[in-house]
Amino acid sequence: MEEHTSLIVDGKRIDGRDMNELRDVKMNMGMLHRADGSCYIEWGGNKIMAAVYGPREVHPRHLQESSRAIMRCRYNMASFSVEERRRPGPDRRSVEVSKVSREALEPVVFLANYPRSVVDVFIEVLQADAGSRTAGINAASLALADAGIPMRSLVSACAVGKVDGVLVLDLVKEEDNNGEADMPVAMTPRGEVTLLQMDGDLTEAEFETAFEMAVQGCTQLYELQCDALKRRYAQVDADANVQEPPEQEEAPEDSFEADVEQFREESEDVE
Amino acid sequence: MRVVIPGEKLSEDVRQAGEGTYVADGKVYSQLYGMVHDAKGIRVIPFKGKYIPFEGDVLIGVITEIMSFGWIVDIASPYDSLLHIAEYPKRIDASDMSHYLSVGDCIAVVVKEVSPSMNVSLELKDGSARTLKGGRLVKISHTKVPRLIGRKGSMITMLQEESGCDLHVGQNGRVWITGPSRWVSIVADIVLMIEKQAHTTGLTDRVFEKIMEHKGGNAERKGGNAASEESSETQFLDELLK
Repeated sequence: MEEHTSLIVDGKRIDGRDMNELRDVKMNMGMLHRADGSCYIEWGGNKIMAAVYGPREVHPRHLQESSRAIMRCRYNMASFSVEERRRPGPDRRSVEVSKVSREALEPVVFLANYPRSVVDVFIEVLQADAGSRTAGINAASLALADAGIPMRSLVSACAVGKVDGVLVLDLVKEEDNNGEADMPVAMTPRGEVTLLQMDGDLTEAEFETAFEMAVQGCTQLYELQCDALKRRYAQVDADANVQEPPEQEEAPEDSFEADVEQFREESEDVE
Repeated sequence: MRVVIPGEKLSEDVRQAGEGTYVADGKVYSQLYGMVHDAKGIRVIPFKGKYIPFEGDVLIGVITEIMSFGWIVDIASPYDSLLHIAEYPKRIDASDMSHYLSVGDCIAVVVKEVSPSMNVSLELKDGSARTLKGGRLVKISHTKVPRLIGRKGSMITMLQEESGCDLHVGQNGRVWITGPSRWVSIVADIVLMIEKQAHTTGLTDRVFEKIMEHKGGNAERKGGNAASEESSETQFLDELLK
């Protein structure tokens, strides 16, 4: 039997991170033109696409609510997202993640504004590397904003775990598989918690500390989400500028010539 | 005018709260990802969004279904709408309905009533059941319609005068353009350009420049470049179709 290798060596984790360090995160929006809103996230080895359609008509009709919109969420892992080919279709875990993701996002959306309609959220995992549910929630949050759906605020999520007895932020696959606890958390920037799950064992004191770490992590994610939103606007603006510079250069000249003509005429009068 | 995100604090003055904002703990926050306008109260206009029908809105609809009691009209919204058979200016039989307005026809309508559960009923604009024929129908986001019209109609008046085309803009983002076929295509492209650059400054000037480009290019016709060859080709077709 193989000896259990230490997951924490010389105060660093197996990928060289500190206990409180997040993996690299990149988020981009609006790449799916058919969807009303979309966001692609790369978080560590996770590659996840979130798409939002809505508000739109509900089919089948019997699901509609006369006073508000309903939200449907589908978390799905592609067959190629994991090393051992995963059979396509929902499994118990996907159904669970879909449910908790919906419950994490629903409270912030103003569903009452759109009676008899549905907001469909799709989270497709193209490559999985621990923490896909929290990555999916972060991406879905941005996709909802991108779609112009009214929300109280964004939702940010991250996971804290216990590895070799030490609490760490943002588990990687090896840490998740061999660790003692995994606790994903989602919250609004005001600190309202919309997702809190735990897999494993934590003492009450450990839980308190772990939750504090999660708050720190979610705050960092929130900064990244805001940055992605502000950046998207800058990108659209840049597209506009790239097309138009030639015309912009000409226009001032035309108005300048008119001024020069007027000046000439005026000075002739004077003389 | 700046970019705001959902949950961003906009003001401490609750009386200023307008469209696209919500009030919590005595402060005003943005509901949407878009641009904030401070003119009359604080409003947030989203970059993207679905058109939600409001009583009195003037729209361009497309007939999708015919029922015994009226026509179901697609108004580019999550909600379908109904043009009741009684709204038709003439007294017609249920069996004759498709003879007057058939599936696929475009009509100008006004939102008559929106119920709390979002059942939308329509009436004909100016009581006229004339279908929109010819020209081109372009769809833009309803949030960009104010920019297409411009302050006191400045943008749309300029477009119509300089191109010789007629533009009918529905508040649901559908735009119907009619006129000389060459200019209809140019105006359609310009409408899409306005949609894409609605949030930038100096847009009216850039649009004017673009139109002058097309006018100027036609008159000059110097050098064998592709642009001038294309315009002469469409001119030839215009002559044929007169």
